[in-house]
Order: sequence, then structure tokens, then C-alpha cells
Amino acid sequence: MSLSLKNVIRQAESAILGKPQQIRFALACLLARGHLLIEDLPGVGKTTLAQVLSRTLGLQFARVQFTSDLLPADILGVSVYERDSNQFKFHPGPIFAQMILADEVNRATPKAQSALLEAMEEHQVTIEGVTRPLPAPFFVIATQNPSHQIGTFPLPESQLDRFLMRIEMGYPDAQAERGLLSGVDRREIIAKLTPQMESAELLALQQHVKQIHVSPALLDYVQAILRHTRESAHYTHGLSPRAGLALLSAARAWALIDGRDAVIPEDVQIILPGVVSHRLQTIAEHQHSLTQELIAAVAIP
Amino acid sequence: MSKSHLYGLLLSILMVIAPHADHLPPWVSALCIVLLVWRSYLAWSGNPLPKRWLLMVITLTSLSGILIDFHTLFGREVGVTLLMLLATLKLMELRTARDAMALIFLSCFILITNFLYSQSLLTALYMLATLLVIVTSWVHLHAPGIAVKPRLRVAAVLLLQAIPLTLILFILFPRVPGPLWGLPQDAFARSGLDDTMSPGSVGRLALSDAVAFRVSYQGKPPQRAQMYWRGPVLWDFDGHTWTPGRATQGIAPQFSATGLTTEYSVTLEPHNKHWLFALDVPDSISVPARLTDDFQILSREPVNERLRYEARSHLTFHANLQESQAQLQRALQLPQTLNPRARQLAASWRADDDHAVVRRALGYFNQQNFYYTLEPPPLGRNSMDDFLFDTRQGFCEHYAASFVFLMRAAHIPARVVTGYQGGEYNAYGNYYIVRQSDAHAWAEVWLTGQGWVRVDPTAVIAPERVERGLSAALTDSAALPFMSRNPPLWLRDLRLNWDALANQWNQRVLGYDSERQFAYLSRFGLESVSLQVIYMTAGLGLVIALFALYMLRHLFKREQDKTQAAWLKLCRKLARSGLPRAPHEGPWDYATRVAIARPALADAIQDLAARYVALRYGAIQNERAQSEFIRRATKFGRSKNK
Repeated sequence: MSLSLKNVIRQAESAILGKPQQIRFALACLLARGHLLIEDLPGVGKTTLAQVLSRTLGLQFARVQFTSDLLPADILGVSVYERDSNQFKFHPGPIFAQMILADEVNRATPKAQSALLEAMEEHQVTIEGVTRPLPAPFFVIATQNPSHQIGTFPLPESQLDRFLMRIEMGYPDAQAERGLLSGVDRREIIAKLTPQMESAELLALQQHVKQIHVSPALLDYVQAILRHTRESAHYTHGLSPRAGLALLSAARAWALIDGRDAVIPEDVQIILPGVVSHRLQTIAEHQHSLTQELIAAVAIP
Repeated sequence: MSKSHLYGLLLSILMVIAPHADHLPPWVSALCIVLLVWRSYLAWSGNPLPKRWLLMVITLTSLSGILIDFHTLFGREVGVTLLMLLATLKLMELRTARDAMALIFLSCFILITNFLYSQSLLTALYMLATLLVIVTSWVHLHAPGIAVKPRLRVAAVLLLQAIPLTLILFILFPRVPGPLWGLPQDAFARSGLDDTMSPGSVGRLALSDAVAFRVSYQGKPPQRAQMYWRGPVLWDFDGHTWTPGRATQGIAPQFSATGLTTEYSVTLEPHNKHWLFALDVPDSISVPARLTDDFQILSREPVNERLRYEARSHLTFHANLQESQAQLQRALQLPQTLNPRARQLAASWRADDDHAVVRRALGYFNQQNFYYTLEPPPLGRNSMDDFLFDTRQGFCEHYAASFVFLMRAAHIPARVVTGYQGGEYNAYGNYYIVRQSDAHAWAEVWLTGQGWVRVDPTAVIAPERVERGLSAALTDSAALPFMSRNPPLWLRDLRLNWDALANQWNQRVLGYDSERQFAYLSRFGLESVSLQVIYMTAGLGLVIALFALYMLRHLFKREQDKTQAAWLKLCRKLARSGLPRAPHEGPWDYATRVAIARPALADAIQDLAARYVALRYGAIQNERAQSEFIRRATKFGRSKNK
């Protein structure tokens, strides 16, 4: 593992207490050029995670609070007539930042949601007939509040698929919480964070993820997992080939973070909950143990 | 669904339904052929399949055709017809692979129905060929990329692999005594001896070379001239036809053997009558049967399946030395008014004793210009007179009938016996084939002090008939079936070879009934019926389970490379020491768990896991690293065992 990546993790861990796994998941998501959906209650550190990551990685950060009256233009930007030059000048929206926190994405109307999701997918936006590329590390962290669904527009399954991973923050453990409560204000800590990595290096790491080796034996394993979800009676639909690709790229990124140049089954198993939990629906309502059951059901070939 | 798939299926269906053309209404076969041709044309031209309503119309029309033809929708014939029509109609809506699979299974099912009509060796061979075609199109369906030859090979290998299981099922599967669902048609349609005899009736049989039964003798076979297979005995004569008449209360059959006995086993083809044929005069028989007053053996049920029995006969004997008056009276009955010249002739001999009368009658046949032929001229009302004095041309029934007539006219009790005489020796199977063309009729007279004595007037006129067979006795053999004449030697050999093979098939495959199965399994000590069933079930289950296990292992083995095999072996070793690897547990996770549980092994197992991970999941493959890993993995087990 590159030294700077190590530093990134170390610094992030010092700022976000007791969430090393979540930090790594977010990082893996970023390295695999995916986007992250965090689903949890307010106040468990979703925003902090985004801010810490952007500071540590030296990425431009923008935050969009999704509300029911949010318009696509509020995300993408708008052309305004300027009297001085007698021209329309484009004022880029928050989407043109390198890291975007889309807070409570399910509060906005589908129209606003799709503006964000299309940008995520295409890595570019077309506004008023002009196609504008988005900056090159481009990473969206969207958050969703699982409770209080009244008056929300939950993302449809097809849109959930746009997120490489979906994770939950969870409450900090007692020790971490103690540190949180007794320590300095988080905002101060975040303000003090220094970038540990250049954008160019991040892009190079993203390239490197693609080079991580995947052996035929591992492909067998991934295929066995996909096949199981399709043949098992537990799931309403099996995983799509795109989900298979997502599994592989996330596992590659995880292997890189773990300092290896080849993916092993353990990588797949560890990222599997994050990658498949929002793509699979069970017949029964027990989403939490779902992915663990899936892992246990598929033997490693 | 590509064209080649379709042509394979078309061929399968065609081969499956072809044998049924023989016994189903012609319009069914015609309709099937039309549908097949139509489907081939559609495939060839690329035109769309017919509309649903049209198929419905065809289906309903053929259904009413069946109703009109058979008056029912149940039964064997109707079932087979329906299946055939549905299979061909299914072709017309063949769109998906699922349809094709349904068709393949349907073909297999229709194929089996062939056995309801014929179970001969030839049928079995044909069905095997058909099955190969079906399996080949099945293989093609699953692996579209394979060329015809490898496809055939795969199908053949599949069939070969099925042989062990087939054999086990054949030997062990409980047999149902008696047929399950009706008999092959060939049990009924056979010609054979009748229980009446009129001029020309035996001669007609001589034209058929169908097998009547096959005999193998234990020990030396008797002389050919002694091979008289007794069938129906005829007592009553109405001037034209001989019939068995109504049996009177006779004396129970009794005989004293005076010489040779012979033992033999007979495999009787079904003839749908009660007679079981045995050499004169039968002593014992291995199937339940009754010996009548006149030494016929009658089975309880008509013989409508191939029947095998052992029998013992005495070749020289005195039969019924004491005969009841009623029987003797019966053996003297003649129509009163007919045939005055024959009566006159018999009366002229009467001066002598009975023996001399018999001799004179035989001498009459010998010295007068009698002629043995299959095509005798027709006889008038006084048939005996016409034959004895005018036409003097006849087949064995003429001679037997006229001889018995003369004897009765001379007050010597006599009766006609029909049956078979002789047979063809098959050196390839060491048995005799008795055909319908060996059908014969002879006479028996009752002489004081000797009982019933066999007299064969045919032997006097044409001794070759008895000594060498029909074709030797007839000068004009053109009317005989080809094979009963003198075919080229190689053809004869071929036919005997084939018959020997068919005989084996009958004996070992078709004849393997519940009794034989029981006898066979008894050899392995499975006498008790309940135990037998338990053993059979258990054995069969075990074999199937072992086979399945073997197949599964085989399947998994192919997935494993040497590295993985060594790793799995290592895991099994650890499992035996109480640390089994869960199937979904990755190598690293497992090594970590083992290291925690057995700190002493930590270094070794982590080293091995690292090597395994590098070899199995790593980018660089290295044979030396592989052999090193395998060596260490093996050593790990050994050092641990110490």
C-alpha cells in the first residue's frame, strides 16, 4: 500500500473515532470510482465522514441539502445574464465539486434526484445544450434517513444500483463514544486536517485498482455467488451482471487498501454486504442477516 | 431453434413412429407423415409456423377421427395413436428449447410403447438405434456447437454409461408375474395347429416358416424318426373334417415304458391355444398342466406368452393297454353312407388279424401310385374314395385321414394325431427349431396287447419327410417358403446364427420372469421373499448412492487443480483435529482462526495460507512455488501427526 494511502487512513481514523471499517469502505468506494450511499440516523457522523475524507484527500467539497423544493438547477448550476458582458454566464452548481455530500437524498423530488444520479453515472452534465465534464476524482456520498419516510421519495431500486456501496454508520462503541464526548470539537479537528494526497495520486490509485489481479478461481467464486442469488428461493430477483462487476471492482479496491495485488475470497466477503444489500430483495423481511446468509451459503470453489 | 436442431427432432419422431405404421390405422400414419413433411418444408423455406386455431382444428379433427375409428379414447391402441399425433402436432408449435425438450421426452415415451407390440431382438436393436438418434438430438440441443460426429459420440457414451444401471435394474427390479398392460400383439396373430383337420389344413401350415417352438435336449437327441411332437388328437369324422369330438369318460392315461427316455426343454412360442407339445409319450412336465386320456398335454391357460418348460418322454412304450369300451367305440365311428369303395376295400382285408390289416393298408399306400404333394387336387363328397382310388395325390393329412378311415372301416380302433414332426438342428445354439412347416398328421391304432400304436402312412409314401424333412420329400418345392427349400449354405448359416441369437434373447432377456429372477437371486442366498425385497431395495439404493457420489466427486475433482487439492487435503487434516473449515471460509480467515486456536501451528498455517493465496489468486503462476506449497502442505500434515 502506498504510504500516502496509509496516512490518509491514519488521519481519518484519528478524526472519526471507532469507525475504521466505514472509513475503509468509503475509501474503497472512492478508489473503485463508485459512489457511496450511507443510510443511517442523523448524528452518527455521516457528514463528518464526508468532510474528513475530502479534507484528508484534498478534494473540493460541496454539500447539497436535499429538500422537497430542490430543483435540478440548484445542483447543476444555472446560466445568468450578466449585464456587463451582455452575455449569459454559467454559474456552476455544487455538482462541479470533487466530493459532494448529498444529504438526505430521499427528501428531494425524483426530478432533482435524477439530476444528481445522471451526473454520477455519466461523470458529466449537460446544461442548456452544453455538455460539461465533471472534475476528475468525482465522488458522491449520499445519505438517506431510513426512518421518517413520510413525505420522502425513496430511491427506486434502479437508482440504488447507481451506488457502488451502501453502508451504515452505526453507533460508536462505548470507548469511541467516550473519546467523542470528552474530546475537542470535531469541527476544530476537521479544520486542522491537512491533505495527505494529491489529486493526481488519487487518480493513479484509481487506475491501479483496475490492475489488481483477479484469478479464474476468484471469478468462479463470484459467479457462484451470483448463481446462488438467482437460483435461491430466498430472493425475489438475483444479482445482475452489473452487480457482479460492482462486486469485483469493490473487491479490487479493498485488496489495494489491504495492500495486496490480487483479490482473495475474503475481500469479496467483506465488501459483499455493502455492495449487494441494496441490490437484493428477500422474500422475507430480514435484510440484516441477508448478506451473511448469502456468504455462508456459497462455498468457495 | 435452428434448422439442424429441428431436423434431428424430425428424424427422431419419424424413427419413433415408423414401427407403429404396421398396426395403427393408415390415416394416422398418413397424417403424421403429412405433418412431418409440412414441418420440414416450413423449416426449409423459413415460413412461419401455422396459426394456433389451425392446429386446434387439426387436433380436434384427428381426435374425432380416433373416436370414429376406435369408438373410445382409452386403451393401448388409442393411447399410442394419441401420443403419436400429439408428438407430431407439437412439432408444429416448436418454438422454444423447452418445447424441444418436451418433444424429446415424448419421443422416449412413445419409443417404449413399441414393446407393447413386439419384443423381438430386432425390435430391441431398432429401438436402441432410435434412442441413439433421440439422445443425439438432445445433446445437440444442449451443446449447439458440436459437429455431428462428436455429438453421436457423446450420445453413445451416455448410452454406454447407462448400461450398468440398466443391468442392475434388469436383474434386481421386482418382476410382476404376468403382463402389466396387455400383451404384445404377436401373441395373438400367430398361426398354428388347429383342433380340426380337413384336407389342405396342414398343407397350408407348411407354407409358414414361423417358429412353433425350440427344443434343446439334455443328452443325446433321439432319432429324427422318433421326433413326433404330439398335438391335438382327433376322433370324430363327418366325411370332410376331423374334430376332437366330445370326450367320453375314458381310462386314465397309463403307459408302460419299454426303453429309452429323453429329457428336453421346450420354449414354446405363443399360439393362444392350450396344447403344450411333448414327444410321444410324455411322462412329466415342469409347468402346471393336465394329461388327457389321449395323451395330450393341456395347460390351464391359453399359451399367450412365450413359455418355457422341461419335459421327459418315453420314446418306446405301450399306451393304454386297457382301453375303455366307450373310447374304443368312439374310435370306430364313421359316417354311415359315404365312401362305399373305401369301406369295400377295408372289408376285403378283414379276413386277416389286426396286424395284418395294418400291414396291408400300409402296403396299399406303398404299392399303389400315391404321390406326396402340397398341391393336391380337390376332393368331392366321397373324399376318401376320391383320394384312395382316383387322385392319389395328397399331403400328410390326406394319408392320415384315409388310413384312419380304412382302419375304422376294418373295425380296428384308430384316431388321427396332429402335431409336429422333426425340426431343424441349429448347431450354433445346439437346439432344434420346429417350425409351422414341420406340422404333421399321423394315425394311431389300438391293437390288443400293444395298446395305441403310432402308424405314420406318410412315412410309407415319402420316407424322406420323416427322416429328412419336408423339402426333401417334396419334388415340387416351389410352393414352400424360401427358407424351407434349399437356400444357399451361407444364407442358411446366417439364419441359424440369427435364430440362435434370438433364442438367447428369448431365454435370457424376455424369459427373465419373476420365477427366474427368484431362482437367480437364490443363488446369492436371497431365498426369503421379504429379505429378498429388503436386500434388493437396499442394494439398489446403495448402488445408486455410490454411483451418485462417484459422479459428484468426479464433477468436483475436475474443478480442482493440484494446488487446491493440496489445500483441501490440508483442511481435511485440520478438520480431523477438530478445526474444520467452513465451506465458505476463505484461506486467510481460516488460517487466522487456526492460528488463534493453535498458536503452535500459527506460523506454519499462515505461511501455507499465504502461499496458497498467492498461487490460487495471485497474478504470477510459478510451478516451483506450487510444488513447494504442495510439499509443505503434505509435510505439515505429517509433522503434525508425529
